[in-house]
Amino acid sequence: MNSARERSPLIKLILLAGVLVFAMLLSLMTGARWIPLSDVIAAFIQPDAMNINHILVSSTRLSRTLMAVVVGASLAVAGVLMQALTRNPLASPGLFGINAGAAFIIILFSTLFTLTSLQAWLWCAFLGAALAGSLVWLIGNMGQGRMNPLRIVLAGAAMTALFSAFSQALLVVSQEGLDTVMFWLAGSLTERSLTLVWPLMLLSALALGLALICARQVNVLSAGEEIAIGLGQRLGLIRLLLGILIIVLAGSAVALAGSIGFIGLIVPHMVRKGLSIDHRWLLPGSALAGATLLLLADLVSRVVILPQEVPVGVMTALLGAPFFILLARRRGAHYA
Amino acid sequence: MSAITSQGLTLSYQDSVIIDQLNVSVPKGKVTVLIGGNGSGKSTLLKSFARLLKPQQGTVLLNGVDIQRKATATVARELAILPQTPVAPEGISVRQLVALGRYPYQSWLQQWSDEDETMVNRALARTGTLELADRPVDSLSGGQRQRAWIAMTLAQDTDIVVLDEPTTFLDLSHQMEVLELLRELNQQEQKTIVMVLHDLNLACRYADQILVVHEQTIYAQGTPAEVLTEELVKTVFDLNCRIIPDPFFDTPLCIPFGREKIE
Repeated sequence: MNSARERSPLIKLILLAGVLVFAMLLSLMTGARWIPLSDVIAAFIQPDAMNINHILVSSTRLSRTLMAVVVGASLAVAGVLMQALTRNPLASPGLFGINAGAAFIIILFSTLFTLTSLQAWLWCAFLGAALAGSLVWLIGNMGQGRMNPLRIVLAGAAMTALFSAFSQALLVVSQEGLDTVMFWLAGSLTERSLTLVWPLMLLSALALGLALICARQVNVLSAGEEIAIGLGQRLGLIRLLLGILIIVLAGSAVALAGSIGFIGLIVPHMVRKGLSIDHRWLLPGSALAGATLLLLADLVSRVVILPQEVPVGVMTALLGAPFFILLARRRGAHYA
Repeated sequence: MSAITSQGLTLSYQDSVIIDQLNVSVPKGKVTVLIGGNGSGKSTLLKSFARLLKPQQGTVLLNGVDIQRKATATVARELAILPQTPVAPEGISVRQLVALGRYPYQSWLQQWSDEDETMVNRALARTGTLELADRPVDSLSGGQRQRAWIAMTLAQDTDIVVLDEPTTFLDLSHQMEVLELLRELNQQEQKTIVMVLHDLNLACRYADQILVVHEQTIYAQGTPAEVLTEELVKTVFDLNCRIIPDPFFDTPLCIPFGREKIE
């Protein structure tokens, strides 16, 4: 709160930003073809249209890197907001039924209209995510015990089951939809060019910015419903705003990159431990750490079985699952 | 002048009426204690005083104005509430918790001021939590934790402080510590204190006014000596007792009887 205490998180935050920049450069250099740093820098300062390295950097690798940054930051920040909204440290954006909703609408629309452009897929996924998220938010916000973690979990599980059932029914009818969806659900950052994805990335960036401004409100909200009202917070408004932010962040993440698990769950915990529980630090810290983590996971997924790639969603799950078990065990002991 | 007044106040959960058509007022600058049996609606009434619960009918006036019509941030600068057994966010330090109390004075642009800093330090000092300031709230004992929460309400810098069973789960010495602190705040800073207490004898010792919540209304009100009678305890708590004057403090002292017969 006072200046002396603020210094330590600030230095760590700057360090985190430094690590992110380093990871971004590494991401531009790494792949099936190794590109030296000098070429990466030259590709931005003096682009040479004939240089294959320059073209690689400024086309596929740049879009991939930027997407990993935006998606990683969005998922981590959505996780922080979700955990504050439900006051449940094990909540993650996936609880809103967002992935199942995205998959359902993609299958539905590709059955009905045979979607061809990547752009159409993106917006379908986003629409489905928003639909499922809104439904879960509405159910969770009805009646007494609003935004009760258990109620959200139940509503999310019910929506996930419902949308999955719809999806399966449709897939039985139209077999060819299956490939599309499997491709999407694995979670991937490849094959998306910047010209296609920039509107969704812009939307995410706006939502990220808005989330950072709300840090103080989130601090008060996480102290509990009655305390928040007592402190003069307009609870309904803040919950609505956070609901929208979570849906935009997690929805655009799933639309851009498919289902990427665990970032929204583990990053907030790491940052809470390493940086601060104060959302004025936690939110920017999680954005930076989430971006870095997804970048690194993507880096590994590119090179681990060269010349092929592992879907990055698999990498984050490999990374996240042990962490989650550790967390559950530690918290279990804590409550025993 | 009364700090809080209810007019024709009806409170209910779903279909069951908890408080029916109640007119009551809480005097300014006094310690008012609500007593009553379990499920009598003391906490419900207290919540409506702090706009945590919307009335079914009627109004709650805070300093003469309908609390539902005031901006909630304005209310938060006039009245602070400490709910029953609040749960602090995991890992939050005492200072961070107390700093939340300054929320009603901040805006999107105006973030943290020198006055906020001063008020937080004052609240910490006032409740004896200054040396605990950097400790996580989770790691504190029950009594320390309750003092930290009270410090948060003090940082809110309000004339009225409302507390729902602030002594529950505390041992006797920590109950006394909390009540002494609240009395000091009342006497030295003229704060209006409204709280729910379960212990009748402590209620009598520390209250200027007692409100007895029973049968959906205020069954009796007045000074402890006026209110606490053997008949009242029998009616409200269904308990046989003897009331004698406290030999040291002269407030009513309730000696409850169990099954044993005393002549």
